[in-house]
Amino acid sequence: MNKTWWKILASVLVVYTAVAGLLLKVPHLAILNETIRNLYFHVPMWFAMIVLFSISVFYSVRSLLTQDRNDDIRAVESVNAGIIFGLLGLLTGAIWAKYTWGQFWSFDPKQNFAAISILLYFAYSVLRNAIDEEQKRAKISAIYNIFAFPMMVVLLFVLPRLQDSLHPGNGGNPGFNSYDLDRNMRLVFYPACLGWILIGYWVYTIRFRIRLLENKQNS
Amino acid sequence: MQLLHQVKYLIRKELLLEWRSKYAINGVLLYVVSTIFTCYLSFISLNDKLAWNALFWIIMLFASINGVSKSFLQETKGRQLYSYILASPSAILISKTIYNVLLMLMLTTIALGFYLLVFDTFSPPDLLMYYVAVILGSISFSTVFTMVSAIASKAGNGGMLMAILSFPIIIPVLILLIKLAKNAVDGLPWENSWDDIGMVLVVNVLVVSVSLLLFPYLWRD
Repeated sequence: MNKTWWKILASVLVVYTAVAGLLLKVPHLAILNETIRNLYFHVPMWFAMIVLFSISVFYSVRSLLTQDRNDDIRAVESVNAGIIFGLLGLLTGAIWAKYTWGQFWSFDPKQNFAAISILLYFAYSVLRNAIDEEQKRAKISAIYNIFAFPMMVVLLFVLPRLQDSLHPGNGGNPGFNSYDLDRNMRLVFYPACLGWILIGYWVYTIRFRIRLLENKQNS
Repeated sequence: MQLLHQVKYLIRKELLLEWRSKYAINGVLLYVVSTIFTCYLSFISLNDKLAWNALFWIIMLFASINGVSKSFLQETKGRQLYSYILASPSAILISKTIYNVLLMLMLTTIALGFYLLVFDTFSPPDLLMYYVAVILGSISFSTVFTMVSAIASKAGNGGMLMAILSFPIIIPVLILLIKLAKNAVDGLPWENSWDDIGMVLVVNVLVVSVSLLLFPYLWRD
C-alpha cells in the first residue's frame, strides 16, 4: 500500500485526461456538441464510486466473518470515499444536464436513482453514528451494507433500463459505446476511468491510514 | 421439519398476542383512516388519477412503516432472550415476516376499501389488477421492513432510524408498485404488467434470501 508507482500513474493519468480531454478533437453530435467532453469526468466518477462501494461490501462481508476491527474501518472509509465520488458524479451530471437537457435536475430516472443510491449510503453513516458500542456497530453496519449493495446495483443498472430515460444507453436512446466513441475519445476515456478509480482508491487508503493512526493515538 | 414446526408455532403466538391486545391492528387502522380522512378534508376531490394513485401509495407506505416497525421494536429484552433460546433465527425471521404480511394484507384491504369509498371519482376500471398491486405491495413492504426493523431495533434510537434506513431501500420497490398500479388505473390489459409483477416478485425473493442469510448474525447479541 505504500508503494508510490500507482499513485504517480493515477496523477499522471488524471492530468493527461484533463488536458487531452479539453484539447483533443471530439465527434460533433447533435445537442451535445462540445459538452461531450464531460464524459471524461462524469462517467469515471461513477466507476470510481462503484469500485469503492464494491470494496466496501467486500470488507463488510469479511468483517462479519472475522470480527476484525480493521476490516470494519476499511468498509466505512471506502463508503466515505465512495460518497464523495458519488456526489461529484451527481454534480458533474447536473452541470452537464443544464447545458444539454435544459435543467440542472431533469426528471431523468437515472439521475433520481443515483441520488437515492447516495441516500442509501448516507443512511449507512447515520446508522453507524447511532450505535455507540464498537463491535455491535461493526456488525450491524456490515449487515446493512450487505443489504444496501444489491439495492444500489438494482437502482443504478436494472431500473433505468426499464424506464424511459434521457441518459444515453437507457430508455431507448442509443448507448455511447456503439458508434459515438471514436478512437480519439477512447484514447482519453479509458485512461480517465483508470486514473479516477486509482485516485479514489488512493483517497480511501489515506483515510484508512489516518483512521488507524487516530485509533492508535486514542487507545 | 423442525423449522416448519417452529415457524407455525411462532406465527400462532404472534397472532394470538396481537388478537389479545389488538395494539398494532388498531394503531395502524386508526392511522390509515385518519390520514385518508384528513386528505379528504383538504383535497375534497382529486382532479387527477395520477395524484389519486400517488396519494394512496404514500398513505400505504407510511402505514406499513408504522405497522411493521412495531414487530421488533416492541420486543422486550427478556422475551427476546427467551425466544433466542427456544427457536432458530431463521424461524423467528420467517414467522415475523409472515405475520407482518398477514397484518399488512388485512390492513391494506381495509385501507383500499375506505379509500375507494372516500375518493370514488377515480375508481380504477381494473380493480382486480389494482388489488393484485396492493397485495404485492403489502408483501414487499413487510419483507423489507421486517429486516430493516430488526436492524434498527439493535441500534439505540429505534423509530427514527427505522424511517431513515428504510426509505432508500424501499424506493425501487415503490416505483415498480406505483407503475403497476398506474397500469391498473389506466385500464391497460394484463399483458403489459406481467414484467412488472415478475420484477416485484424477484426483488422480494432477493430481499428474503439476503435477510435469511444475514439475520443469524444480527440475532447473536
